[in-house]
Amino acid sequence: MAKIGVVTFPGSLDDQDALRAIKLTGGEPVSLWHASDSLQGVDAVILPGGFSYGDYLRCGAIARFSPVMAEVIRAAGKGLPVLGICNGFQVLCEAHLLPGALIRSDRRTFYCKDQQLRVESTDTVWTNAFAKDQEINIVLKHGEGNFQADDETLRRLEGEGRVVFRYLVENPNGSRNGIAGITNETGNVVGLMPHPEHNVDPLVSPTLDGVGFFESVYRFVNAKTPPSGTCPTPSSPDSPSSPSSSCALVAGPNGGAPATNAQDDGIGKPQDDGAQKVQGE
Amino acid sequence: MALVVVDVMPKPEILDPQGKAVTQALERLELPGLTVRQGKRFEITVEGEVTPERLEQIKQAADMLLANTTIETYNVRVEGQ
Repeated sequence: MAKIGVVTFPGSLDDQDALRAIKLTGGEPVSLWHASDSLQGVDAVILPGGFSYGDYLRCGAIARFSPVMAEVIRAAGKGLPVLGICNGFQVLCEAHLLPGALIRSDRRTFYCKDQQLRVESTDTVWTNAFAKDQEINIVLKHGEGNFQADDETLRRLEGEGRVVFRYLVENPNGSRNGIAGITNETGNVVGLMPHPEHNVDPLVSPTLDGVGFFESVYRFVNAKTPPSGTCPTPSSPDSPSSPSSSCALVAGPNGGAPATNAQDDGIGKPQDDGAQKVQGE
Repeated sequence: MALVVVDVMPKPEILDPQGKAVTQALERLELPGLTVRQGKRFEITVEGEVTPERLEQIKQAADMLLANTTIETYNVRVEGQ
């Protein structure tokens, strides 16, 4: 079972919801603490929504220097899947794991709504379970989600297919090109303003479109370390022409190496060794 | 003790919703024709002399933490000079 860590910073709000979403979708939730430098061997990390350090100075600016973030930055560089939701997205931008910045929304109010989005890239660890251009509906709630980047950065993001989510129907915050979420060059770090962890429970969610985020990372993690014998190697003569389930998952985003290469790792290796395998480029 | 001031401003091309709100409030107060952009001012009390090394240290602080150079510019100056 994939172990997914959720960091709690002082002022995090949605850490418990993220932990619960992991449990509901079949993962093993692990609480991570901002002041600890241990990631406890998790397979992936979620930076949750909220107001870390009271949004003092700038959203995410102080959280970015917490001890746990030093480890997150190091591990993300080796391919560890990291998802930043809302304040987590702001932290990722401040930490330079993602380009650009999130400023106050042009409407100048805190805005809460069910938001229509288009999944523009399925080539990431967190979106491979979606169909390309799939339209999904995820709740958003923020006052500072206005994504800004200079023209050159924007051209690069668009040109490299790194805009992962775009707002449909209306742009809730004035973000450039209607960007709701982006990824890094290797597709293991994704940040978005809407809150997938709130769209996993039929009791309180108008859609269950958040489930795909979690299924995506589970597929990725399981493909990295499958139970022995379940996934044929790519060169295997009896390899099915259109493999199904997690065996089919390509780990290296943007055309990187297939995850099945990582099965040589076996199971239970330290995360860093496994994580290094996912670097596609 | 000396005082070093770091002024941080949103880059001209970046939308400044706070400044816009203040500008509009001034119009409502019948003080038109005043366009405001809002930034931050940090007052840093330095122990001892403000040496070039100290200034370099403060510039580093501005680069790393006080400003986000993706969206903001900053200016460092010694107060009273």
